[in-house]
Amino acid sequence: MDQVINFRSAVAMVGRFPVLAGVDLDVARGEVVLLQGANGAGKTSLLRACAGLLRVVAGEAVVLGEDLVVDPRAVRRRVGLLGHASALYDDLSAVDNVAFAVRAYGSSRDRVVPALELLGITGRLPQTPVAALSAGQRRRVALAILVARDPELWLLDEPHAGLDAENRDLLDALIGDAVQRGATVVLASHEADRAVALAGRVVTVAGGAVAMGPDAPDGPKASKMIGMKAQAHVA
Amino acid sequence: MWRDAALIGGKDLRIEVRSRVTTTQVAPYALLVLLLFGFAFDQDQQLLTKASPGLFWVAVLLCSLLAVQRSFAIESADGARDGLRLTGLDPAGVFVGKAAAVAAQLILLEIILGVGIVVFFGTHLTDPALLVASALVATAGLAFAGTLYGMIASGLRVRETLLPLLVLPVVAPVLLGATQCWMAALGQSSADGWKWLSLLGAFAVIYLMAGILSFSILMEEA
Repeated sequence: MDQVINFRSAVAMVGRFPVLAGVDLDVARGEVVLLQGANGAGKTSLLRACAGLLRVVAGEAVVLGEDLVVDPRAVRRRVGLLGHASALYDDLSAVDNVAFAVRAYGSSRDRVVPALELLGITGRLPQTPVAALSAGQRRRVALAILVARDPELWLLDEPHAGLDAENRDLLDALIGDAVQRGATVVLASHEADRAVALAGRVVTVAGGAVAMGPDAPDGPKASKMIGMKAQAHVA
Repeated sequence: MWRDAALIGGKDLRIEVRSRVTTTQVAPYALLVLLLFGFAFDQDQQLLTKASPGLFWVAVLLCSLLAVQRSFAIESADGARDGLRLTGLDPAGVFVGKAAAVAAQLILLEIILGVGIVVFFGTHLTDPALLVASALVATAGLAFAGTLYGMIASGLRVRETLLPLLVLPVVAPVLLGATQCWMAALGQSSADGWKWLSLLGAFAVIYLMAGILSFSILMEEA
């Protein structure tokens, strides 16, 4: 099967601390993979490494065919990362933020308004400065950027945070639609019930290392991870 | 690179227009600095007129620090810098775009300050071509150097206090060259202002090249 993410003994550092301490992870095209783990386990670092924002200094890390050890920037335009921060400009309106992102990624500007409408950013909200929006509305504007771009790989860090029940359902539907179109989704979430229902596979992250679920086709055994946990330090 | 520069410059300027920080805070600050210089020189009109080129450029220098700090503060908030890195825009384009936006704000401030020194200090103009040319080239130099050092300082918790320490010594040649050009343009010096203009031009080109070549590394490491 076509591999979208292929990590082997991948190590990433923040300063002198190894936030990823030998990660092994395979994700196939079209999969929805849930990363689970305690706070500080390394889920966010793993998502950032997949996005090319955190440099992998040892091991192998290939995402969408791009070798992140050689050039982490090569993959960035092809992935969409929704992190804890919404990465929006407070003084710009919602529509200006989405339009800027879409232009920067080289996508069609025709997608801006439909994406905002899909996320329920309608009426006066598109012209409202992002600073004046609620946390949930900001989250929806950030999601609108993802929808407008339609990247090959969606990396979602606590995507349900800040959303009400209706918009959580909408987000789940958007993830389903993206997968239908051929996208791959990796998400980290503490909302087990909702996220497990979305995911085709659950991966546990602990101590900056990964133990794939028991249904993984060729994942390392959990016992391998236990040894890594002992030597890992998590920022 | 130019497309990315236009995109970034347009975005930064749109943010400034919407936030009105330049017009409601930086411009009044610049005029206040000029006014305080007037008080400091005890309203000695002759002395103020003679010193007006230097005072003007010191005021511009102080305003450039505010503009550069603001330029990088908007990228620091809410993970915007990671968003920018993810777009894969050409770092050289990001550098040129941010510098262009800073330069545009400085030019607006220089127009306001120019009116200020005429009104407050009674300055008269004799060589408008030299005055405008030196203002444009000096502004470019300030914007390129400020943007380069702004990026270096942006990832640090002490960036607000570190930036002036990094930038002010580096831009001393701009202060010197621009002041000499303006003294010649205002008929206060017999020195060849166009020679000083070449120093300003060399400074701007050096920092333009340094920014284009290094911004990729700085965006990753800052």
